[in-house]
Amino acid sequence: MSRHQAYRNYDYENDLDEFDGQEAYDDEEEELSPEDKAQMEAGTTQVRHALGPQASKVTTAQIQEALWHYFYDIDKSVAYLVTKHIASPKAAKSAPAQKNKGEVASGTCHESSKHFSFADFFSDMPWGNIPKHREGSFIAPLYPRGGLLGGAGTPGKPSKLQQLALARKKKAEEQKAGNMDQDVQGTATQLSQLSVAQDLGVNEAGKPLSITGPSSPDSTPSSKKPGLGTLLADRKRKVADLGQVEIPPVTKPSPEPSVTTPNEDPAPEPATPSAFAQTLFGSAPAAPKPLPKTSYQLPYMALTSSVSEAFSGPSPDDVVLSAQAKASNKKLASSSSKKTGGHDTKMDQASEGVKAMNFDDAPLPKSKNLNVLKEYENSNAKKSVSFVVVGHVDAGKSTLMGRLLLDLKVVDQRTIDKYRKEADSMGKSSFALAWVLDQRVEERSRGVTIDIATNRFETDATSFTILDAPGHRDFIPNMIAGASQADFAVLVVDASTGAFEAGLKGQTREHALLIRSMGVSRVIVAVNKLDTVGWSQERFDEISQQVSGFLVATNFQLKNVSFVPVSGLRGDNMVHRSKDSEADWYTGGTLIQELENSQPLARALDKPLRMTISEVYKTTQSPLSVAGRVDAGSLQMGDALLIQPSGEKAYVKSLEVDSEPVDWAVAGQSTVIHLTHIDPIHVRVGDIVCDLKKPIGCIDTFTIKALAFDVLMPMQVDVHRGRLHAAGQIVEMPAILDKVKGTVLKKKPKVVKPGNIARVVVKLSDKMPLEAGQRIVLRSNGETIAAGLLE
Amino acid sequence: MQLVGAKSSQRLNDIGEGSVTLLPVEPEDMWHANNLISAEDVIKAHAVRKVTTESKTGSTHSERVHTDLTIRVTSTFFDTAASSLHVTGTVIVENSFVNVGQYHTLDLELSRPFTIWKKNGWDSVATETLQESLKQDKEGTVAAVVMQEGIANICLITEYRTILKQRVESTIPKKRAASSDQNSGMRRFFDKTLTTLMRSIDFGTPRPLLLASPGFVAGDFKKYISEEGTRKADKTMMAMAKKATVVHSSSGHLHSLNEILKSPEVLATMKDMKFSKETRYMDELFARLRKDDGRAWYGVSTVVKAVNEGAVGRGGGVLMINNSLFRSLDLATRKKYVTLVDRVREDGGEARIVSSDHESGQRLDALGGIAAILTYPMLGLDDDEDEDEGDGQNGVIEEPDLII
Repeated sequence: MSRHQAYRNYDYENDLDEFDGQEAYDDEEEELSPEDKAQMEAGTTQVRHALGPQASKVTTAQIQEALWHYFYDIDKSVAYLVTKHIASPKAAKSAPAQKNKGEVASGTCHESSKHFSFADFFSDMPWGNIPKHREGSFIAPLYPRGGLLGGAGTPGKPSKLQQLALARKKKAEEQKAGNMDQDVQGTATQLSQLSVAQDLGVNEAGKPLSITGPSSPDSTPSSKKPGLGTLLADRKRKVADLGQVEIPPVTKPSPEPSVTTPNEDPAPEPATPSAFAQTLFGSAPAAPKPLPKTSYQLPYMALTSSVSEAFSGPSPDDVVLSAQAKASNKKLASSSSKKTGGHDTKMDQASEGVKAMNFDDAPLPKSKNLNVLKEYENSNAKKSVSFVVVGHVDAGKSTLMGRLLLDLKVVDQRTIDKYRKEADSMGKSSFALAWVLDQRVEERSRGVTIDIATNRFETDATSFTILDAPGHRDFIPNMIAGASQADFAVLVVDASTGAFEAGLKGQTREHALLIRSMGVSRVIVAVNKLDTVGWSQERFDEISQQVSGFLVATNFQLKNVSFVPVSGLRGDNMVHRSKDSEADWYTGGTLIQELENSQPLARALDKPLRMTISEVYKTTQSPLSVAGRVDAGSLQMGDALLIQPSGEKAYVKSLEVDSEPVDWAVAGQSTVIHLTHIDPIHVRVGDIVCDLKKPIGCIDTFTIKALAFDVLMPMQVDVHRGRLHAAGQIVEMPAILDKVKGTVLKKKPKVVKPGNIARVVVKLSDKMPLEAGQRIVLRSNGETIAAGLLE
Repeated sequence: MQLVGAKSSQRLNDIGEGSVTLLPVEPEDMWHANNLISAEDVIKAHAVRKVTTESKTGSTHSERVHTDLTIRVTSTFFDTAASSLHVTGTVIVENSFVNVGQYHTLDLELSRPFTIWKKNGWDSVATETLQESLKQDKEGTVAAVVMQEGIANICLITEYRTILKQRVESTIPKKRAASSDQNSGMRRFFDKTLTTLMRSIDFGTPRPLLLASPGFVAGDFKKYISEEGTRKADKTMMAMAKKATVVHSSSGHLHSLNEILKSPEVLATMKDMKFSKETRYMDELFARLRKDDGRAWYGVSTVVKAVNEGAVGRGGGVLMINNSLFRSLDLATRKKYVTLVDRVREDGGEARIVSSDHESGQRLDALGGIAAILTYPMLGLDDDEDEDEGDGQNGVIEEPDLII
């Protein structure tokens, strides 16, 4: 707590009021009167006598102190000394030996305010039956140190203000005494009456202590202002005035174990609500009944005195802090460390914590701390496989998939009929099936797939994700994005006359190259539109031969390639066998059987998390949801993630796999992550979600070992990696490598010819999240010129 | 740029060791000035200098004075975006405000003449640059928007440079979201692009506009411009849409401009513009390189070797060189390139100086800024080089892991 805060929280009004009522300030150092001295001596002897053998445990000063407080009442002093110093020597040790009256006063003030509970201020507030769970926890305000102002140094030396306060107290006492014609005996009698009253447990003694404002019998001028703060200070002062008079909690049962310990915190009396409070909370019941105390109890209130004493000294942290503050000559934190000890430290830490927080009041999502890999092993879910559908434009990819979904009853006939009607009105009735996947207005009006469409279906053993890729050459970046998420591919070939040949020159070949360079090894070739050539077996064989020819040339193994004659429009050999008698010659499996025969690729489950964002959108669940396929690793709810290249941290609020809410996701699953604690501006399509501890680096220059499909030379290229699409430049080509052995054949070639494998250095215009082992495709002027692995 | 002063009557051929006084009139002239002025040249131009005087009592008083200063150039800085040229050097002619040897940076301004002396005389390249800069028949500038879904590069193609004015990026929801999202996302993107285009390029005087993209984006954008023009009754926009040419490009990145500039739509209207010619030269070179028949080479050392052999000469020899190489602050380097150009011209070959600030120049830059088409094939020009820089990689046998 800084000194400023101490000042701010200090109740000046109280002191100022006290000033107004007093004129003589300078006589506080007055010595004891001769009568007092005589009485003190007599008392001391009597006390010693009463204590008997235990008298050695207390000092004369302590006895005198006690006597002074009890106004020479021997019995009470003895009782006090026994409990305070003899019964608990620890407490005696901690109590400073005080001789000076002023010090006694200030010391007691200190004591009482330390254990003073602020929760009790409001204990009688009519909170209007607020449900328990909505009640806030009470944080005690910073209250001034008992040493008043300026008591930074030794506790024994009262500051000016302190002295003034003491002077006022003394004066008040003297006034009291004066009213009784300086009759000390009278005062003593009064006090003894008081103590008797207290012993009887009647509230008479407590009355003047209760914060009743102007009605207080011994009201000082200050009490004319019945502000809550003033009243509190007033009350505090009175407690101080009376020293350590034991005040049993009369109106409130206290949970504290021992009420007899004089050191114990006197429970504050419930006060009548102030005018302000009454305005705020309506008319309080005439006699406000204290609410159950548990409501606003501070956690350390219930501590026993010994435990609470553990915090009365400066905490180790505070010692260090104050030492540092002293060293750096800063006043900061020095005051906080001295007086209120652990109590204030807690508050300091809390306030620092508040500052450190970014004021995002949404709580962080809770993590269940699952062992995701184990969970995954235990969950015997269906194997989940995703495949990409590729082929030349207009080969019928979308229609084929639309038919598949219709036959598997993922889409109902009514929807198709509706599409057919709409398509008819646009003069494109044959596109009705494709509209299941082509949902964009543009795609429908132009009859061309533009972006990857994803859809799902399940068979008995497998859950499939369809990635329907566009065939048009302009949208190859989108197709690459799809292929990068696929385990295997369905290559659709148009069997109708002329179309196959056109496709072979066009995207059939390029797509085959691309899926191979994206790491796909299994291909199902769907020879589509075979009904247009009368299910001719010759045509099928011819196409099979040509296609397997170039697939082998692009490094596919024939055992991973299968051919199925199908008709997407009519649905032959897809889910059901063809009913056409002309197609009887085909004895192989249907398309769906071939799909089920395909195995997913091995998943990198134990690698650090990587996921390429393929979609960013808003949902009702979260303002920022990202979708994509987890490339490697695993994640669960509550995880902290890093988004690259922006380098921003985010938390997983919730997860969806296959549109089902889940607690975790692993590599290979198409996942939707609902993120929190991140600004949507930092997240773009093509970014990578990665592990906070093992993040992916952002680089702008990288080397790939690439297979050239076209002539390579230093040139400008488009760099593709999944959804990521960036502009770059081939800076240099350090070497041409041997295809099989990987040895350097030629260094620094000027030109790399198609079919060669070369090491190529590419520089990007911006930094991108890339790491070794990723598959990169280089394109230029709308053609794929190279593909390879990042080194 | 205009030639002014007493020597304006002088014919350019007569420029020997002399000086020329030039008056830049448009931003493009600053680019020419940047190519003309090299280190060690002497420039005299108007300057604003802060002069601080100290009185007898020690109080200082500073004043901005307008004066003419003559400096010997140590370096130049050209700000492409603002088209302003700052020339730094030491003062060589004293006046009442500055002493000899003090440094000053001249900010050359439009419509303020400056005089340039070449210490080492005007070499062939410098003369050519000067002639080009003085050419009166200016080609119009072309505005182009190279775009794809979510990205638009707005640029201005002038005769000598391509200036990227602004890049617009916008997130467009993908297919999964409802199609209305997608449409509104697209509209937002178009709106952003159009307002940026209007702000960054002045369409007050009608100028050709190229819209290029893969797929249908550019076409849709053109439709959007005309729709917006009709809706807002904005004549400029409607004229813009009318003048716009939609061209196909394979991506929305700026280097697709190469593709755009050789598309039939562009060639039909802008065939003779310098940038279009340069693009064709580059394509020619790349076609040659593709053949790999030993007749096309790139890189400084190989080209120098070929030129010294006289292989770049009469009958199809072409030397292509980026003008950024002449901007070299090192005089010896500049001289080397100038000699190369002169040698090719002597041999009867063609020396094409390509503007490095065009996309074609960027392509040449990737090849090291210099390339040549030879009259006869020369093989193994790069062999020596390999031996020279044996960096010990030869012996390394790598693990036989296949890419595919």
